Amino acid sequence: MALSQKHVSWLKGLIFILALLPFFRLVVFTILDKLGANPVEFITRNTGDWTLYFLCIALAVTPARKLLNFPWLLKLRRMLGLYGFFYATLHFLTFLWFDHFFDLQDMWKDVLKRPFITVGFIAFVALVPLALTSTNGMIKRLGGKRWQLLHKLVYVIVPLGVLHYYWMKSGKHDLMQPLIFAAVVATLLLARLWWHWSAQSRTQASA
Amino acid sequence: MLIKIRPDGIDLPLSSEITPRAVFESRRDFIRQLAVGSIAGTSLYEMANREAFAQTPGAQKLAAGANPAYALMSEKKTPYKDATTYNNFYEFGTDKSEPAQNSGTLKTRPWTVTIDGEVKKPMTLDIDSLIKLAPLEERIYRLRCVEGWSMVIPWIGYSLSNLIKKVEPTSNARYVEFITLDDKKQMPGLRSPVLEWPYVEGLRLDEANHPLALLTFGMYGEVLPNQNGAPVRIALPWKYGFKSAKSIVKIRFLKDQPRTAWNITAPHEYGFYSNVNPDVDHPRWSQATERRIGEDGLFARKRKTLMFNGYSEVASLYSGMDLKKFF
Repeated sequence: MALSQKHVSWLKGLIFILALLPFFRLVVFTILDKLGANPVEFITRNTGDWTLYFLCIALAVTPARKLLNFPWLLKLRRMLGLYGFFYATLHFLTFLWFDHFFDLQDMWKDVLKRPFITVGFIAFVALVPLALTSTNGMIKRLGGKRWQLLHKLVYVIVPLGVLHYYWMKSGKHDLMQPLIFAAVVATLLLARLWWHWSAQSRTQASA
Repeated sequence: MLIKIRPDGIDLPLSSEITPRAVFESRRDFIRQLAVGSIAGTSLYEMANREAFAQTPGAQKLAAGANPAYALMSEKKTPYKDATTYNNFYEFGTDKSEPAQNSGTLKTRPWTVTIDGEVKKPMTLDIDSLIKLAPLEERIYRLRCVEGWSMVIPWIGYSLSNLIKKVEPTSNARYVEFITLDDKKQMPGLRSPVLEWPYVEGLRLDEANHPLALLTFGMYGEVLPNQNGAPVRIALPWKYGFKSAKSIVKIRFLKDQPRTAWNITAPHEYGFYSNVNPDVDHPRWSQATERRIGEDGLFARKRKTLMFNGYSEVASLYSGMDLKKFF
């Protein structure tokens, strides 16, 4: 399916607004005191969920583009990835602010004490350079090859994010949701491997 | 006002007798205003604030006199809504909002509790006779969850020791085991293997005999809501919340320490004793602080957790024990 440039911009605008809705929902709930018995927990979990949703959606862009033959999907990928980073930042800020009140030493102790936080923290820190190099200018400055290599980090970051969630939930012995995420992410990454291998064998065959 | 109380303590008001919420609240406000203006202002004001909140429509009242020894005047009760919508009760789902949504299927009548094992007088008691076994008291207890949050709840019940006396433990009895209902039809959460079912908890006999250990039938002036462990649970304010078994169908007296639900699942994380202890961290998080539900808002710092959750009277139960080892 082909979309005109105008349609793509229109779609981008729509997704931009839709992707902000979870954030506005949190703001409205905070103002109306609708965050339930444990507001900090609510915000933490909600922003964590949306981080994983957006990162999974961003990872799904390439497979979907290939399978459906929608080349224009690529134009949405940066925004989706950045929304993942946006919610990850809110998630981290909730932790830093409401759990530790900007006491960095206190936060650091917690990061080291709890493996699931260690992993989540690493994943968040690793997202930062990707967000910083997401502009067209940075792509030019780094050069396409190096930029792509750097952004392959996301193949490690998202599994770390899922591991972070898995370990958090393992305390409750309820692994249904993290396992669903794991299955989705594994599928998206394995699809890439498969394409990679089949492309390789094709070049070998033609060589 | 004519107060009629059924011999079992349960009072079922006609819906026409229930005070409309608006009237109830305006009266509260009136009392509060009166109190603020009066000489004895502060204490009266506190009393008005401490009054049970407007609750589940149609819930059965449960009459009980307040026990002043456990009045906990200096702390604010957790709002009823928070205490009944934020629960860990895996038999109805692992998310804390699920018990309130899913526990409607629990049938609390008829209900019997079987007490057996190392006792001279084993018995099976109907829930309504169990309630009448000893005078009901209201006690306001702190509740500290192992997850790092806490509440303040006005329970209704009597000391478990009353029941223990009745069944006369033999000299072999050293432990007490509490077993929760295990019925998939009533408890949808039992279909997922998150824990070994039925849920089992236990105490040493001397712990169970401690006056603080409360056999509990109600909260906030009403019978227990299903999600809080209806029709009968235990409340052990000096231990992490999961030690307090809910919806109990069996109490067994044993010679040996029973295997308990969370201890089976993760022995290095959840000890048999599980006393609230700010100095013994959970392997995956600190237990030094806690967040008080309904009171500590988004911008409040967490409060310090107290040894034995502030119930230092239980300390003698553990004298000579290394509580880091027997966590």
